Amino acid sequence: MSDIAIRVENLSKLYRIGGRQERYKTLRESLTGAVTAPFRRLWSVVRGQSSAVANETIWALKDVSFEVQRGEVVGIIGRNGAGKTTLLKVLSRITEPTKGYAEIHGRVGSLLEVGTGFHPELTGRENIYLNGAILGMKRAEIDRKFDEIVAFAEIEKFISTPVKHYSSGMHVRLAFAVAAHLEPEILLVDEVLAVGDVAFQRKCLGKMEDVSHEGRTVLFVSHNMAAISHLCERAVLLDLGRIVRYGDTSDVVSSYLEMAESDSKVLLVDRRDRKGSGELRVQSITLRNGMGEEVKSFRVGETAVFELAYESSTRKAHKNVRVGFPIDSILGQRVSLLQNEMSGFFFEEIPPKGRIMCKVPQLPLVAGRYHFSFCITLNGIIADWVIKAGILEITAGDFFDTGRTLDVQDGIVVLKQVWQVEPELEPVASSF
Amino acid sequence: MDSLQRARESKFEIENPSFAITVIRPSRGWVSLKLREVWEYRELLYFLGWRDIMVRYKQTVLGAAWAIIQPFLTMVVFSVFFGRLAKLPSEGIPYPIFAYCALLPWHYFAEAINRSSNSLVGSANLITKVYFPRLVIPLSSVLSPVVDFVIAFVVLVGMMLYYGMWPTAAIVWLPLFLLLALVTALGVGMWLSALNVQYRDVRYVIPFLTQFWLFATPVAYSSSLVPERWRGLYGLNPMASVVEGFRWALLGTGQTPGPMLAVSVAVVLLVMVSGAFYFRHMEKTFADVV
Repeated sequence: MSDIAIRVENLSKLYRIGGRQERYKTLRESLTGAVTAPFRRLWSVVRGQSSAVANETIWALKDVSFEVQRGEVVGIIGRNGAGKTTLLKVLSRITEPTKGYAEIHGRVGSLLEVGTGFHPELTGRENIYLNGAILGMKRAEIDRKFDEIVAFAEIEKFISTPVKHYSSGMHVRLAFAVAAHLEPEILLVDEVLAVGDVAFQRKCLGKMEDVSHEGRTVLFVSHNMAAISHLCERAVLLDLGRIVRYGDTSDVVSSYLEMAESDSKVLLVDRRDRKGSGELRVQSITLRNGMGEEVKSFRVGETAVFELAYESSTRKAHKNVRVGFPIDSILGQRVSLLQNEMSGFFFEEIPPKGRIMCKVPQLPLVAGRYHFSFCITLNGIIADWVIKAGILEITAGDFFDTGRTLDVQDGIVVLKQVWQVEPELEPVASSF
Repeated sequence: MDSLQRARESKFEIENPSFAITVIRPSRGWVSLKLREVWEYRELLYFLGWRDIMVRYKQTVLGAAWAIIQPFLTMVVFSVFFGRLAKLPSEGIPYPIFAYCALLPWHYFAEAINRSSNSLVGSANLITKVYFPRLVIPLSSVLSPVVDFVIAFVVLVGMMLYYGMWPTAAIVWLPLFLLLALVTALGVGMWLSALNVQYRDVRYVIPFLTQFWLFATPVAYSSSLVPERWRGLYGLNPMASVVEGFRWALLGTGQTPGPMLAVSVAVVLLVMVSGAFYFRHMEKTFADVV
């Protein structure tokens, strides 16, 4: 027997978009649908339209093939919606593939989320057993590792307290501690490290490293390129459900960064994970500097212009438009919200097709990567809403106009500041 | 070097235990029930059932007393309206005990159906994040109300002492009638929980279903009201046999279960086997639809 742990051949997964948005239907709808569907299909054939069904589905995975050797740690990277989580879900048998084949040699443990099945009313101790059992641990195994788990989570004192009284940090630590003590031969890990404080994240990365040294096979999804480069020998780059590149981590990571940076204009036409009525749709978002030039990233302190090109499906002008443009840190923390009404600006009327610009005169965010989203409402009804529409890269810049480029990485924002010193004056001598 | 060494050693360790190969491919048509896998996940079954029991009465003042209060108060109401006012015959047994004896399995059954039907939808967070045989979910929600049944049973013992009644030797058959109720609930629960994932209408159907079913079951009245020649047909409702069986085993009323029970067992097997296969057939869509 060769030393292959995971073999994947032409794995594909088709999702029905309509089904995902509506989530569930009523029996009546599906009965009337079943009665009328043949007529509608017939009608579209008569009118010479292509079947509407093709538009309503999306290949979350398409012909994905790769092999992972026993003991290898492989990173899976790609933009949002590239199919990373779907791949893990198929490999961990949560959902079935539509086509293709995969075989896995050995016991599989998957971590798509930490704390799955935690019950707020149960104590820390009870939740360790419950969560452990859900993740596939045997009772004897949990008994054996119990003290270690509690120590790792640093919650000794609260082990008999219901989890609902835990702080969110404690909650996450406990959840990760259970997960970290899962010992399958093959471990599938989704972006679970993006939780908790920095110190705990470091601890988790350390634990992941131990795992990989123990000769276990790990598939690891992350947006954290540093972690991927550090932990994985090889990596898979996915885009729109297909494998773009599979090989040495450093090569794959640099392809990913190129791919991410090549989009100074974020095209949104193909984004399917959008919400809203669709009365108005944002086609693309372009980043421009103060001179109006397209840029891939901003420097700290630079003038930043976000340009949303939109199109209305009704070909009418719209009134009462609100545009929200939230910026989040890579860890999901809201950094700021740009919004027209909040800033006292009201659009009188916007044409059916055009561009909406928002200018931030002196970008006060520290260097790093951010996600931006947007949400457009017409008369209070959401027309188009895309979460994590794109990535905002901010590099070192001359925020304070000192002629020096400062690479500020502490904190979240850079503040304009005025410094001065005054001598302590004798009260008698005071002019007041 | 050290880590490499460790890697080799532990690699040697993990090569031994299970060389299980998991094959993942789209399933076609009707799939096997994989009951062995359900058995392998029995600890999860235990923990899920245990969680239900632990959580049920948290933050309630009366706690587990609720398990007694519900059937007991229903018994009181039935005794007043059906026993006293309507004067329904109770085969020579004091009406309260006659009703309570039937309310025990009925309450269990109604609770089991209600919980199992909503179980998959209520466990959406598990289903979309972790793999395990999904049958574990309705199964655990059918098992956990057994605890309430046992608590409520204590009251029955008290009532029998109060009325000075002694069970017959037939009491040894009682667990089998409970099992019949459990399997009925499981069969119906598998159908409804799987349907509920796709069609949330099920949620609204359940209260009606249990209400109609209560009337179709001789809980408030005696099945002797049903003409003899319709008895076999009455067995199409398995809960009629369960309730009859409970009264027969505990109070010694009616006849030894015969053809009616046979019909019920056949119906239950049909519902359960079809439910299990339907459930397994729909299982692959759960994570995407729920």
